[in-house]
Amino acid sequence: MSTSMLLLVIFILTALTYVVGRSRAASLRKQSTSMHSLPRYYGYLAAICTAVPSLILLALWSAAEPVLLKSSTIGTLPAEVQALSTGELDLVVNDIKNIATGGISQSADDPVRAAAAQHYTESRASSRLYRTIAVLILCIAGALFGLKKINSGTRARVAVERAIMIGLLICSCIAIFTTVGIVLSVLFESLRFFNKVPFNEFVFGLQWSPQTAIRADQVGSSGSFGAVPIFAGTLLISVIAMLVAVPFGLMSAIYLAEYASSTVRSWAKPLLEILAGIPTVVYGFFAALTVAPLIRDAGESIGLSVASESALAAGLVMGIMIIPFVSSLSDDVITAVPQAMRDGSLGLGATKSETIKRVVIPAALPGIVGGILLAVSRAIGETMIVVMAAGLAANLTINPLEAVTTVTVQIVTLLTGDQAFDSPKTLAAFALGLMLFVTTLILNVIALQIVRKYREQYE
Amino acid sequence: MTEQTRQTQVQAMSDTTIRVRQSLKKRYAREKRFRLFGMIAIIASLTFLAVLIISITIRGLPAFKQTFINLDVTLDAQTLGVDETADENALRRANYNGAIRNSLLELFPDVSSRKEKRALYSFVSKGGQYDLQAQVMADPALIGQTVNVWLPVGDDTSGYLRGHIDTTLPEKKRRFKDNQIAWVEELRSNGQIETRFNSTFFSRGDSREPELAGIKGSLFGSLLTLLVTLTLSFPIAVATAIYLEEFAPKNRWTDIIEVNINNLAAVPSIVFGLLGLAIFINFFQLPRSAPIVGGLVLSLMTLPTIIISARAALKSVPPSIRDAALGLGASRLQVVFHHVLPLAMPGILTGTIIGMAQALGETAPLLMIGMVAFIVDVPTTLTDPATVLPVQIFQWADLPEKGFVEKTSAAIMVLLGFLILMNATAVFLRRKFERKW
Repeated sequence: MSTSMLLLVIFILTALTYVVGRSRAASLRKQSTSMHSLPRYYGYLAAICTAVPSLILLALWSAAEPVLLKSSTIGTLPAEVQALSTGELDLVVNDIKNIATGGISQSADDPVRAAAAQHYTESRASSRLYRTIAVLILCIAGALFGLKKINSGTRARVAVERAIMIGLLICSCIAIFTTVGIVLSVLFESLRFFNKVPFNEFVFGLQWSPQTAIRADQVGSSGSFGAVPIFAGTLLISVIAMLVAVPFGLMSAIYLAEYASSTVRSWAKPLLEILAGIPTVVYGFFAALTVAPLIRDAGESIGLSVASESALAAGLVMGIMIIPFVSSLSDDVITAVPQAMRDGSLGLGATKSETIKRVVIPAALPGIVGGILLAVSRAIGETMIVVMAAGLAANLTINPLEAVTTVTVQIVTLLTGDQAFDSPKTLAAFALGLMLFVTTLILNVIALQIVRKYREQYE
Repeated sequence: MTEQTRQTQVQAMSDTTIRVRQSLKKRYAREKRFRLFGMIAIIASLTFLAVLIISITIRGLPAFKQTFINLDVTLDAQTLGVDETADENALRRANYNGAIRNSLLELFPDVSSRKEKRALYSFVSKGGQYDLQAQVMADPALIGQTVNVWLPVGDDTSGYLRGHIDTTLPEKKRRFKDNQIAWVEELRSNGQIETRFNSTFFSRGDSREPELAGIKGSLFGSLLTLLVTLTLSFPIAVATAIYLEEFAPKNRWTDIIEVNINNLAAVPSIVFGLLGLAIFINFFQLPRSAPIVGGLVLSLMTLPTIIISARAALKSVPPSIRDAALGLGASRLQVVFHHVLPLAMPGILTGTIIGMAQALGETAPLLMIGMVAFIVDVPTTLTDPATVLPVQIFQWADLPEKGFVEKTSAAIMVLLGFLILMNATAVFLRRKFERKW
């Protein structure tokens, strides 16, 4: 039975047990047996007993099946094949799977592989059969157990609520699992990368050309992994973006919070938020197709040579993307400054702008700084704009008119191609990912801490 | 107080007053300038928004129109290489292109050289033969007859007809030559060229030919991916929010979870792509390019957004509701599920829609898990190879043909349309169901 069919059967059985359980409890109640809970709680309890254990078994089986099948298939192969390296063995196993599922394979005539494919198909079929039987037995046993529990001695509501609480707790741990998953996935691959390329070379090296040779005698493909030009490029583009985003975002926030009438505010704020809601790929398209040629033409008309993938174009558009981010965070903190402080300053005869500059902004500064740090972390991690509008070549320069590359661009270029998963080129992407994650994490932790402290100050 | 001290006081005060009065002009000027800067900042941002949307609309609008050419195609068995008794496979492989080319040659009988012929053949899109194929396969009796058909024109021709080709340039620098222009103008004056709504754009998958490329495949990919995202992230996020807001004891463990969620909301999206690649594809061996993996990655990414807004919505339900329900004998879970959650639902739904809009526009993590492949077929199940709308935009943006620039802009318009629709729904929900307690 296929997985979806099995799921359907479990679902139907669960629904059935619920209905039967509830009506049985209801009839018991009618016979004036004193029951602890409402009838439907007995139904829920029976349904949980039916569904949960069988679903867990199904999930475990489905997770274990490919691994076991693979090892048993490898076991049938001759010794010289088994002695191959893990990567090659994986290829062989994939090929066998292809033959077994009737896909196209060049070695379908090879008797050894055909036999292995036969073995694979057979053991898969028997595994599926056993799985169906085991799951259904567990399902029915659960249903019977649940239905048997329907009597005046069972505190059904308490049990159901406990089960729900456990469910809630598990759900809230998924966020933790995600973080752990991110850390583990980038960390493991990065460690493998640092086994091949020393950490110092990666962090302090000035030369980045991740093309590794397929043959040892190829020219210009030694593969050097010095990430400094990439970090510098990321920094350059982020600085340009912040030079745009901070003044514009901050001034918009100040205007909206302090000067604007409520009508202007109610129009301008959502319009600014549209800017934040536009997908980054759209900004990238705009940067590459409209802004970059514009900057190049403008530069050429005053006699400057501008790369068509200049850091300026990408940074400028990224800055515009971040404006609403800075402005809405600053707006929040500016409006949180107590009115009494403004009144005090105005009462002493200060003009509105003096009040803002000397009183409101200093008071709101921690919050604003926190917001800006969050914006920086956003700029560093932004991908699509730079992938589409910034360059690929790792130039070490601070000239914004030249093309530079960034961490995210390199991750995308290194990983969107077909290459062996354990080549240093692919692993380098994970090392860059680790750097990106750690940097943004530090920025975020500091920023969130500052914002939180600030909020407490005025609450 | 003596007369003298009072006099010096008045003296001193008027000194200050004078100084203040003198500086006032400057201070007011500064005040005005500051205010002006604020206005400029807002106007500049909004101008940019307007420029972006207008430039994309101008570029994209032509893509919703398609130019067709009217031809009388003779479907003689000899040219096609099949007769009406042929089976389906033979019909599918028949030489429809030849028939189309013959009909073009009939229109311009004096075309003879190879180069000229090639120039003429480029009038009809390579997809024209599939339209013809579909007609013939639906009714094999057409073989041997002459049918009058409207076929899509090729990329260069449609570029000329839309005025993208600068005819003042010398002929050598143009992709569209003088003889082609003469032919097209003749066809146009005969009424054999017509512009209609481009239904191809919504009914086909990706293609290497701009006039044949459509967004149906990527739209379905987006739909399937969002479906997975929604079914996973909504229940999990609501459960997490309920636990953290209503039940969690205030201890170190829940503190860690909270900090964690806030941090996850700020992790760059591409890192989630790395997670998806390493865990779902390499470890769990899920298929590459599949909507299910895309949905898993995007749901991990949107979880924090939904959790944060769901918590805010739960928090805004006043404690008196809980107290009243508890007082009437409800259990704590009953309080939450019967009273608090329904009251918080509009807020939670608003947050969910905003999270979904974010997921719909997301590109970077999906590049990591291989949803960037060239896929022509429309995906129908969760494990089919698929691409999504933003990735399709990214792919088309890289292609040099003029037709693809239009298509990219048009796809962006469709994407923005969906996003605006979702956000408008969220705003509507908030306005309609928002309660002041």
